[in-house]
Amino acid sequence: MRASNIFYLGIKELRSLARDPVMFVLIVYAFSFAIYTAATAMPETLNMAPIAIVDEDRSPLSSRIVGAFYPPYFLPPELIDQSEMDARMDAGLDTFALDIPPDFQRDMLAGRRPTVQLNVDATRMSQAFTGSGYIQAIVNDEVRAFAQRYRDTAELPVELTLRARFNPQLNKSWFGAIMEIINNVTMLSIVLTGAALIREREHGTIEHLLSMPVTPFEIMTSKVWAMGLVVLAASTFSLVVIVRGLLEIPVEGSILLFLAGAAAQLFATTSMGIFLGTIARSMPQFGLLLMLVLLPLEMLSGGTTPRESMPDAVRYLMLAAPNTHFVMLAQAILYRGAGFSVVWPQFVAIIAIGAVLFGIALTRFRKTIGLMA
Amino acid sequence: MSEPGGTKDTGSIPPVVRLRDVGLRYGEVRALDGVGLDFPGGCMAGLIGPDGVGKSSLLSLIAGARSIQAGKVEVLGGDMADARHRSEVRGRIAYMPQGLGRNLYPTLSVMENIDFFGRLFGGSDDERLHRIKVLTRATGLGDFLDRPAGKLSGGMKQKLGLCCALIHDPDLMILDEPTTGVDPLSRRQFWELVDTIRAARPGMSVIVATAYMEEAARFGWLAAMDGGKVLADGTPREILESTGTQSLEEAFIALLPEEKRRGYRKVEIPPRTEEADGEIAIEAEGLTKRFGDFTAVDHVSFRISRGEIFGFLGSNGCGKTTTMKMLTGLLPPTEGRARLFGKEVDANDLATRRRVGYMSQFFSLYTELTVRQNLELHARLFHVPAGEIPGRVREMIERFDLEGTEDMLPDTMSLGHRQRLSLAVAMVHKPEMLILDEPTSGVDPIARDAFWRILVDLSRSGGVTIFISTHFMNEAERCDRISLMHAGRVLVADTPEGVVKKSGAGTIEEAFIKYLEEDSAGRDAVRAPDGTDELARVLSAKDGALNAGAKGFRRFFDTRRMLSYARRESLELRRDPVRLTLALLGSVILLFVMGYGINMDVEDLSFAVLDRDQTVTSQDYTLNLAGSRYFVEQSPITDYADLDRRMRAGGLSLAIEIPPGFARDIARGSPVEVGAWIDGAMPTRAETVRGYVQGMHAHWLAVKARELGRGEEAEGLINIETRFRYNPDVKSLVAMVPAVIPILLLLIPAMLAALSVVREKELGSIINFYVTPTTRLEFLTGKQFPYIALSMLSFFMLTLIAVAVFGVPLKGSFFILTAGALLYVSAATALGLLISSFMRSQIAAIFGTAILTILPAASFSGMIDPVSSLQGAGRLIGEIYPTTYFLIISQGTFSKALGFEDLRSSFVPLAIAVPVLLGLCAVMLRKQET
Repeated sequence: MRASNIFYLGIKELRSLARDPVMFVLIVYAFSFAIYTAATAMPETLNMAPIAIVDEDRSPLSSRIVGAFYPPYFLPPELIDQSEMDARMDAGLDTFALDIPPDFQRDMLAGRRPTVQLNVDATRMSQAFTGSGYIQAIVNDEVRAFAQRYRDTAELPVELTLRARFNPQLNKSWFGAIMEIINNVTMLSIVLTGAALIREREHGTIEHLLSMPVTPFEIMTSKVWAMGLVVLAASTFSLVVIVRGLLEIPVEGSILLFLAGAAAQLFATTSMGIFLGTIARSMPQFGLLLMLVLLPLEMLSGGTTPRESMPDAVRYLMLAAPNTHFVMLAQAILYRGAGFSVVWPQFVAIIAIGAVLFGIALTRFRKTIGLMA
Repeated sequence: MSEPGGTKDTGSIPPVVRLRDVGLRYGEVRALDGVGLDFPGGCMAGLIGPDGVGKSSLLSLIAGARSIQAGKVEVLGGDMADARHRSEVRGRIAYMPQGLGRNLYPTLSVMENIDFFGRLFGGSDDERLHRIKVLTRATGLGDFLDRPAGKLSGGMKQKLGLCCALIHDPDLMILDEPTTGVDPLSRRQFWELVDTIRAARPGMSVIVATAYMEEAARFGWLAAMDGGKVLADGTPREILESTGTQSLEEAFIALLPEEKRRGYRKVEIPPRTEEADGEIAIEAEGLTKRFGDFTAVDHVSFRISRGEIFGFLGSNGCGKTTTMKMLTGLLPPTEGRARLFGKEVDANDLATRRRVGYMSQFFSLYTELTVRQNLELHARLFHVPAGEIPGRVREMIERFDLEGTEDMLPDTMSLGHRQRLSLAVAMVHKPEMLILDEPTSGVDPIARDAFWRILVDLSRSGGVTIFISTHFMNEAERCDRISLMHAGRVLVADTPEGVVKKSGAGTIEEAFIKYLEEDSAGRDAVRAPDGTDELARVLSAKDGALNAGAKGFRRFFDTRRMLSYARRESLELRRDPVRLTLALLGSVILLFVMGYGINMDVEDLSFAVLDRDQTVTSQDYTLNLAGSRYFVEQSPITDYADLDRRMRAGGLSLAIEIPPGFARDIARGSPVEVGAWIDGAMPTRAETVRGYVQGMHAHWLAVKARELGRGEEAEGLINIETRFRYNPDVKSLVAMVPAVIPILLLLIPAMLAALSVVREKELGSIINFYVTPTTRLEFLTGKQFPYIALSMLSFFMLTLIAVAVFGVPLKGSFFILTAGALLYVSAATALGLLISSFMRSQIAAIFGTAILTILPAASFSGMIDPVSSLQGAGRLIGEIYPTTYFLIISQGTFSKALGFEDLRSSFVPLAIAVPVLLGLCAVMLRKQET
């Protein structure tokens, strides 16, 4: 093994990439506009949820309830008839429909515990669950406040003070931005190494390389460092300029530590890219394989939905994916300000997974390289 | 510069092509400079000239494959700048681009390739099949109808190309170096075939560019080009007369400008002096290579001594390249042994590789690196000392006459220049041995001689051993020894004179053919193809032409042409079972993964308590949380530092602090505050935790109040009855599956379609679209069709699995869902085609598709958050993205049992998206190279 071979072959990779201006534009897009859009598009938990109210009571209490729903959590409520309710929900116009029965105020004051019906469109997963909780709390609060003016209530004086740490406003853009960077890091590193390998094969340059005094290890390592460097540069730019600068998201921990983690992650994903490149026989096959690998990596690593909500089998299986650990690491460092003493297990896991992937890729690369020629 | 007078011999037939002041630039490089030329009609017109003088550019302009930058190009009586004329004459022109089988489809069989071209021009099935039969019989391809084009030898590929070109009876046939890289026998057969065709269709004009001067001598008319200009034109005799030379090769050199001629000398080969030294450089012993049950190389043995020039001759596909690859260690032999410098060839032996220079048959340098960068990279990889590199690179550039091209990219150079670069690269580290696989294919005579002078010098004064394969007989004569290979076996190995003498023939070429005839396996190859008479009859029959049917074709959109493309794309897809499986099975796997994996119910959240009260009441409060299925209690928190550390590490989603005096204060009725910290790093999870904690807190209070005898009032003043509609059990799966299907039906179909166009661009077969009458819409919809069909199959599978395996009820109409899916996958594949039309490399298309589909489909189309709740650019993307609307249709039919009337507002955007996307594709896609 010669370090100079690895260096010059890596330089060659960088030069090849520099010749593809479209690729450059796409990389810039993926690490700027895409991050920004993904971060800002996500509503703050419940945002502008469409709600309709059937007010059959028309009492001061019911108007009070109607008035309690306002932006940004809810769109101003649509006041509708009961007959319209079903059709509107079918058409997806409303996520929630609240039906306040006749004589609601009178019954409540008389202690008869009237029933309000809340219809929720359960196909709208995220809004359905958080939204119905909000609506119940709002209706209860309004009723209680109204009732207190007329009679004594007998509540226990225990209050629950809730504070969200690390992201007090539970601002989704904080989360969305970082997760999108992680997704793009994975995607780009796999594409750059895997597709580049297939291109070399389709253009016959791999065969040419192999007739020279360079080893498969040198060829592979050069791709890993060169493409890793490109992605690392892009993510640094994204983190500093887009996330901290443009989106003004406070980063608690050390960016350098995060980038070190990203480098470890890149070691793993570039190896994965090469591995996929040795499996796919042509570019169209690689494209499909990429989708097949990328979606589970993105959806199940804990970056889209919490890991706690996944079935055990999936949860344990995903521990073999570098992304899972990288997401944990990123959350710990960037949001919770964790230091190396806290995140070292993730580092160890990513590097171990990376080493295994690199080893498998190298074995496959050595084995299939004769067939590539 | 020539005047029309040059065509006087061809009589009254008007010129088939007229060029006036034609110019062409590639960036800084001027490829054609004010060319004015008339190609006579009804004859075989040749273009000769050194590499990179613009022959190929000129032919592609004439064929209409490239758009005209300057000047006037008239073909078959009309202006090629006029789109209307172009589309009219495309059916009358046939164009075979440079490069073996470049416009063929490698995975399609011989039959399917011809059939594809035939269908573009119409005619009945019977007519077409008959014609294919006649053509393939006459070309000797009749026995290989089912063989994939990619597995044909070079000569057979070119014959197949000719069949494809002839299927529609063209009036003008343009052949760009059709015999470059083809062995002498195949070359002879190729020209005999062309002669037969011309005899049968005397009106047909043929324009050929060639590097073989002996071929050019047979043409009726010639134009010699250099430096983007025409040097001379006329019949071969006229050219010989005007230059006062005996052969075209000499005439060509005489025509060159002074400064190019000056360096020219004849190749002289001094006899070898150290023959006795006897050191063996290359040794093969019973070398055998089998691929499956096909024996590519069959017990080949030879010994080449140091400093010898050993020539390797044989037809295409006879095993020369495989033998060379085994010598370089690229392929392990199945049997036998190969030794270099007395050492067994070992793929891991880097030291030996450093002593060898290898040049493969196909250009295999980095097209993204400039000439200089390629040379430098190779010098470094071969460990040329850093100080010597600049000098060495300069030396190579001078030696191979690459001055002026140092900073050019190989793609922009001619084939000949690229070959020279390959050679320079193979020699940059001054190897002791050169293994060269057809190094001079496509290189012009002057450069070839210059190259041979270098080889001779290396061999005679440097003692470099040279192992070279070639199709040029005059090069074979220059070798010390030659060996003739056929069907994996060496037929003869001797000095060139010895070979000729042994066979009793006059020249090496004759000897070559004679040996083949004597060999049982070679006899088939030599046998004159039968059926040429029939071919002549079919070609000369006026009404038999397929093109007669083409008149009935509609100009802007014809279903037959569209279907021909659809058929071909489907065949290619079918030949790639891995891709089919990935597309179908991949969707199913992803449905399982995402259906089960994405879940909005959060359970088993870790929490811990900092209990400063330590009473029964406080423990009861903790139990209230720990007892639920949502929370799992961790070891108690000891103090604030512990709390901080554990939250930072991500070990706790929730921390509860119960203040001292909690129980006492409750009993007294004084206000108490329970503190709860939620990990906000993941906002959705935090939100869920908040909801759970609040609910459980309220529940605990109610229970406590009852215990304390405060009665029913505390249980609440009202009831809120929540009905989760469409999914009453609030199963994540039931909500998720109908949302995942639209995402999968976007990502996979878009990726399938995204490579279809750009792949043809990268691999070269896009040229068929440029030069046939196919319109953009025919091309696009034809390509789209199989992917729509495949995606619909995938849709049926996904729906079946959703209902049968996941138990998601399909409450609405299956028909409406299917109709929506059809529109949707049409839009999805059109989106892929759009990316494909826009991008120039496959890598960019893959990356582009991934970033332009995953994020919008998964985040902006309403799967998690409804589009109406999104903000900013994401909202805008969501509003126009097709997934948004199919998601509504999918959820509407699956969960809500909605009818067409309810979903009309979602069908309309999808129905609009398809033509809009296809229209954009048509705008992005060029019908000519620019």
